[in-house]
Amino acid sequence: MAPTDLIDKLAGIEPGSALDAIRAKRLQARENAQKSYLSLFEPIDAGDVSLLERAAVAAFVTGLHGESPVATFYRDKLAATTGGAALLEAIDAEIARGQTSGPYGSFPPGPLSVENTAGLIYRVGAASKSALGPRLVAALEHAHLLVFRPRDAASDDMKALLAAGWSNTGIVTVSQLVAFLSFQVRVVSGLRTLAAVNA
Amino acid sequence: MSATVNPPVVFTQDELGWVSWIDPLPEAELTERHFNGLVDRARAKSEYFRLLVRDPEVLEARTKTDKDIFYNVADGLPRAERELAAAATSRYNGCIYCASVHARFASTYSKRRDDVQKLLDEGVNADLGERWNAVVKASVALASTPIAFGPDNIKELRSAGLDDAEIVDVINGASFFNWANRLMLSLGEPSK
Repeated sequence: MAPTDLIDKLAGIEPGSALDAIRAKRLQARENAQKSYLSLFEPIDAGDVSLLERAAVAAFVTGLHGESPVATFYRDKLAATTGGAALLEAIDAEIARGQTSGPYGSFPPGPLSVENTAGLIYRVGAASKSALGPRLVAALEHAHLLVFRPRDAASDDMKALLAAGWSNTGIVTVSQLVAFLSFQVRVVSGLRTLAAVNA
Repeated sequence: MSATVNPPVVFTQDELGWVSWIDPLPEAELTERHFNGLVDRARAKSEYFRLLVRDPEVLEARTKTDKDIFYNVADGLPRAERELAAAATSRYNGCIYCASVHARFASTYSKRRDDVQKLLDEGVNADLGERWNAVVKASVALASTPIAFGPDNIKELRSAGLDDAEIVDVINGASFFNWANRLMLSLGEPSK
């Protein structure tokens, strides 16, 4: 039997169901969403971003989207990752600190400036910093920016990650991780909604 | 960052460039592993893809996900409306580069260039007719954090004539641009 597809599992899609048949029409997308997950969480090379860092950022990002089967999955994953149990308290506290509604932020100065929307500029709380360490502090602050106000992103944000010890490749992987989860959590939410309407 | 960057300050259907804020891999350093990640070898000419190819396995899976969601037109939603979902998501998240590419595609496939421009000019509340309004509204609800997509969106999409397979294409297309927008917006910037 093929390994469980994570989106199907989190969306509650049963083999042989109507939504299973619909997803099968986009088989390459289904298989490669799964491969994206595996490449991020079971990478062949974790040299630039450790498995613990991946799990911590994932629990934070999905937690920021509110309670869901996806958030529970990644919190459990962090708890099961070596060193992860020691980070749970800090991650939970930072999810609570970072809760807000998005997207917000600023456009390049000009006609779009009338659409600028102010909002939380999240920084990791002092109490969590020693447990997380400087690399994860920088990663969580960047992840919050990507989740809620991606249009605020600037070259200085790259400098902050580089200064905290992230490599160019590590920045690409962390960015893919946050961006992929932004996709995955929405596909699951959309499919669950459709399944519930049809139930 | 190059001194010649000239960032656009409005949403546009014009072709834009994109400049990385960190170091893409030099073309001369690309190996077979990287070319597998690029999927299309021609993408080695693109600064954006030579940056993402620093993590080749993720780029390969991302690219194949993208291509199937948008280019596999067997059954399901017409290409024009998948592109509309991508453009609306990009408009709402604020990705001028992504919006330019997918607004152009939406115009090409729908032949409704003026309506697409209205979305770019007026934003996601522009009145584009029942069917397009339902697609835009569903895309916006999905792009919101916390996610605001709910049974009412499904109802509106159905009233506008979409079946479940087409609704799944809207969900996939809009969700995918929450991935793409965040990479394009945060790793570099567009230039005219």
